[in-house]
Amino acid sequence: MDYGTLLQILDSTLRLGTPLLFACLAGLFSERAGIFDIGLEGKMLMAAMCSGAVAFLTGSVWLGLLAGLAGSLVFAGLHGVASITFRGNQLISGVALNFLASGITVLVAQRLFGQGGRTPPLDGAARFNEITLPFAETLRPVPVLGPLYADVISGHALLVYVAILCVPLTWWVLYRTRFGLRLRAVGENPAAVDTAGVSVKGLRFAAVGITGLLCGLAGAYMATALQAGFGREMTAGRGYIALAALIFAKWRPWQALGACMLFGFFQALALRPDVVTAVVQVKIPVPFLDALPYILTVLVLAGFVGKAIPPRAGGEPYVKER
Amino acid sequence: MPSGANTSGRQATAAPFAIELKGISKAFGPVQANKDISIAVPRGTIHGIIGENGAGKSTLMSILYGFYRADSGEILINGTPTAIPDSQSAIRAGIGMVFQHFKLVQNFTVLENVILGAEEGAMLARSLAKARRVLSDLSREYELDVDPDALIEDLSVGHQQRVEILKALYRQADILILDEPTGVLTPAEADHLFRILSGLRDQGKTIILITHKLREIMEITDHVSVMRRGTMVGTVKTAETSPEELAELMVGRKVLLEVDKGAPNPGKTVLSVQDLHVRDEHGVERLKGISFDIRAGEILGIAGVAGNGQSELLEALGGIAAATGRIVMNGTDLPLTGATANGQTRREAGIAHVPEDRQHLGLIMDFEAWENVAFGYHNAPEYQKNALLMDNDALRADTAAKMERFDVRPPIPTLPAKSFSGGNQQKIVVAREIERNPDLLLIGQPTRGVDIGAIEFIHKQIVALRDAGKAILLVSVELDEIMSLSDRIAVMFDGKLMGFRDPETTNERELGLLMAGVSEGTP
Repeated sequence: MDYGTLLQILDSTLRLGTPLLFACLAGLFSERAGIFDIGLEGKMLMAAMCSGAVAFLTGSVWLGLLAGLAGSLVFAGLHGVASITFRGNQLISGVALNFLASGITVLVAQRLFGQGGRTPPLDGAARFNEITLPFAETLRPVPVLGPLYADVISGHALLVYVAILCVPLTWWVLYRTRFGLRLRAVGENPAAVDTAGVSVKGLRFAAVGITGLLCGLAGAYMATALQAGFGREMTAGRGYIALAALIFAKWRPWQALGACMLFGFFQALALRPDVVTAVVQVKIPVPFLDALPYILTVLVLAGFVGKAIPPRAGGEPYVKER
Repeated sequence: MPSGANTSGRQATAAPFAIELKGISKAFGPVQANKDISIAVPRGTIHGIIGENGAGKSTLMSILYGFYRADSGEILINGTPTAIPDSQSAIRAGIGMVFQHFKLVQNFTVLENVILGAEEGAMLARSLAKARRVLSDLSREYELDVDPDALIEDLSVGHQQRVEILKALYRQADILILDEPTGVLTPAEADHLFRILSGLRDQGKTIILITHKLREIMEITDHVSVMRRGTMVGTVKTAETSPEELAELMVGRKVLLEVDKGAPNPGKTVLSVQDLHVRDEHGVERLKGISFDIRAGEILGIAGVAGNGQSELLEALGGIAAATGRIVMNGTDLPLTGATANGQTRREAGIAHVPEDRQHLGLIMDFEAWENVAFGYHNAPEYQKNALLMDNDALRADTAAKMERFDVRPPIPTLPAKSFSGGNQQKIVVAREIERNPDLLLIGQPTRGVDIGAIEFIHKQIVALRDAGKAILLVSVELDEIMSLSDRIAVMFDGKLMGFRDPETTNERELGLLMAGVSEGTP
């Protein structure tokens, strides 16, 4: 495998890792606040459909993005009401919302466009187009680093850079701000937050809202940047992969970046069976390569990554006690 | 109420009280938890509130801390009527609360816990720096030393409690409420706590101490208010009262505080435990080689701070946990592992077990009393109608008789276990086990969460069983209970026995040191 091929794969890794990273950070906020969210998948799907549809209808990717955020936020709100206000079972609420998203996205897209549950292809201003970073071409001749900058780092949609920037931002919010301290506390021991005179419900709704926004970014990226339009079940389990990455990362932002890029790398490999065959000298069936990220997910969820301690109050509705 | 009303009547002329409650009432559905409670706490004093479980102490304090809103009544803080709709308002009014179960985030540092909810601005750095400064001042002033950077989960219970106190002081609390603060402490830690509280009082802080331990009330409070069934039955000066009077006020009748028991008359060895080891599910050794004998007609008391292996000892003896070593009962080796090491074979060997955690191991809370009385003895011939069916009528009649003998109130066999008070639940378990006339009774925390009236009754039953020539292993974290009931005392620390003592010749100080793992001059 030559350097050019490696760069191509890394480039795909970044593109494919981005929705995972958004979703993973989304899950991080929610679960750090003690709300398990298995519905990342559904929220991404909603956001993908809303953004794809609105971007096509208005011709503006920005309006599409707003619609995607709104669609995801509605679902996040439903999850919040079910699990925070009514203290319902968070897993059941999440699963229900996934089913709802799976059906309603196809229904709405079919009703609007009549193309078998897809939105029509997007182009021009209805998509996030690739951005060439400054000096990409000027620096290209620099050995090793030049092509890395020009081919891997430069030339992505805006949201890819937003996703990367979200990692230090999340770290900073969690560990350096009052909000972050309270958020972490409410996921560990809501009674401590409550007796300190801070609203447990307020904090948890804020966390769920952030989750909605980040899932919205993930879905909008899928429909308006990674692909050109929404397609039925286009998230293809990325919400669950993101959850696995979250556990792999033990609920920490920098590790989440690493985990998501690892999963993204496997997805990128699946796109280049020829390279894999050349490297390992054995012909590996393409379906196996396609399945690799999911196999890794199962391994992670089965606990092969060592002991991952989730936030202690995770999944439990807070009931005030004397 | 008269004294409460009197003190508030004088309020117009005297300096304002730190806290004054006037006519507080609170009902939960049909249950009147607080009925027209009035109480006045002078500033700079330690005020005890005692009462049995369910007397309404916690409800009253929850109202004061903004967890509940009173149905009627008025709260005055430093003479000013104050509404306390939530905890934030309570904190603003200068009230700090140290709960029985600490409200700390286990994987946060001490500093992070202290600033949580009381941060200075949106960024943490400034709050942390300020808290570090304030904490070092406070720890110097009040003997409240804790490492500000330690994680809570690495701290001992006593230190965690100090963090709770620091949290309140950091919020500039003038009024500190402590709910059953010594339940989890060793005697030495409790003494340290009392020194801290005295120091706080001397600095002008007002402290409310909720406890059921009369000894603590007598030792540290200036005044004491007694609650019974939702009402305030009186407030007295601690110096002018006695434990006997307080107990009588709490229960509403005369209570015998000392256990009335004669000299033991030990017979042959019933139980012999040799080099017993137990590992928990993580492979950590919890019992590290325990050996002792108990003879017929003898009560062996095991003292120790909770979590030093007492539970594992009871579980190994009761056939619940696997162990290695030897347990010899009436000359026969009992199985320690495998399918035959279970509660059933232990019962057949003559061992009865009143477990420490009656709500999880002793009873099924949703099952009715008569069903609970059958557990473990459901195969007894008198409960069988024929080869297939149980005789539930006989069982219910038997339960009614047991409830009568053990004074379980209300004596209704068809009531679910959860409907009884803690004391009556315990009486059901004790009745089930003692009435089988075992050779050996294992009894863990016999009076945890049990009213003072029921404590007296259960203690009498234990002594009666001893006098009937049975062997008893008593495990309790209440040192008073161990000292008054036991014929011999063994102290457990870190999975080992620190030594045996005679209750007649030892004292709390000596036992307290042993409980903390210090063995000075062990014979």
